[in-house]
Amino acid sequence: MSVELDCRGLLCPLPVIKLAKALPSVAVGETVTVLADDPAAAVDIPAWCRMRSQELVESAEKRYVVRRVS
Amino acid sequence: MHPAAREMLLSAVDSGWADPVRLHHEGRTARLLLDNARAVLADAIGVRPDELYLTTSGTTAIQAGLSAIRAARRRIGPAVVHTAVEHSAVLHSAGDEGVEVGVDIRGRVDQEAFARAVQQPGVAVAAVQSANHEVGTRQPITAIAEECGDVPLFVDASASVGHDAVPEGWSVLAASAHKWGGPAGVGLLAVRKGTRIAPAWPMDEREDGLSPGFPDVPHALAAAAALQARLSEAEELNKQHRAWIDEVRRRVQADVPDVEVVGDPDDRLPHILTFSCLYVDGEALVTALDAEGFAVSSGSACTSSTLKPSHVLAAMGVLTHGNVRVSLSRETRYEDVDRFCQVLPGIVQRIRAEVGM
Repeated sequence: MSVELDCRGLLCPLPVIKLAKALPSVAVGETVTVLADDPAAAVDIPAWCRMRSQELVESAEKRYVVRRVS
Repeated sequence: MHPAAREMLLSAVDSGWADPVRLHHEGRTARLLLDNARAVLADAIGVRPDELYLTTSGTTAIQAGLSAIRAARRRIGPAVVHTAVEHSAVLHSAGDEGVEVGVDIRGRVDQEAFARAVQQPGVAVAAVQSANHEVGTRQPITAIAEECGDVPLFVDASASVGHDAVPEGWSVLAASAHKWGGPAGVGLLAVRKGTRIAPAWPMDEREDGLSPGFPDVPHALAAAAALQARLSEAEELNKQHRAWIDEVRRRVQADVPDVEVVGDPDDRLPHILTFSCLYVDGEALVTALDAEGFAVSSGSACTSSTLKPSHVLAAMGVLTHGNVRVSLSRETRYEDVDRFCQVLPGIVQRIRAEVGM
């Protein structure tokens, strides 16, 4: 099961908070997709993945796909 | 403002009000005072007085320096090679001709990529800051200078002059008096002999055309007094600041969960520390710290007029929300540092609790 979060119109840190809350709801190996148009998300979602050791699978066109690694 | 600058400013308002290019007594007095200020400032930067120009701000020094070098080298090409973490005044001056070179996660420029970019044809000037104004990381100016060859190296030293040694190897250097405890409205532009410049705007007889208009002699004197006083305190103050910043770094990392302290831990300015707190709104953090009596800056998007995050933090790829920049001044006491470290964890916890984190 994969989850998609529509965070368009929300400012950081909200998209990152929603991502952090949603990730435990998917199984390890599954993904959460975040739609976010705040320019800060382009930096903060990859930074969150690095800090949390989760995998950023895709990051393009205001759409971020994160795979739960642990 | 440094007390030495304030004292000098108050007396110079009476003694240095006249136009230094006039031949009357007051004009000659103003000229002597301006020459004196220039000599002190030049000595602190390590240039000759005739290599130092006074401008009306650090930003105008950057704009005048870069555009005058570019105009002199327009036959060679228009490109300005710069790091991704330069002050916005450099980015604005470079405009569409800017060639940006990336930095690592600590904010240090990719030296190989920079050398390759400078060695391309059509480069007017290379621009690298001495140290970063937001995260404190120093750049390897001397090593970069060796790679520049015939391309002049422009160094924005605004963040470091008065706080750190002036680096070697540049052709043109800019600095800003308010950053060392001088007054606002005074910038320095040092141009090494042999560097070709051509002011690209209507020139007058002032500052070799690099800064047109009636000079502000009292503020120039105050800037010089502040720098002289700051440098005489520098050794002790920098040691103190370095130790306190190390302590803040250690305690923030130990006492606040999910915090990212950014910038180089060692090769940095002594008085700046920047960190980002996960899940925390930067504006809420700045406001809460302000209520506790701490005036801090932030690179978070919500605290900027453009709602864009700091281009410095973005270029480093570090968290931009929940960002705080702590700068120590000569008035900072250990009690302030200690109390900051004590109140921060509770503030962060409270803001996180409001969003259920």
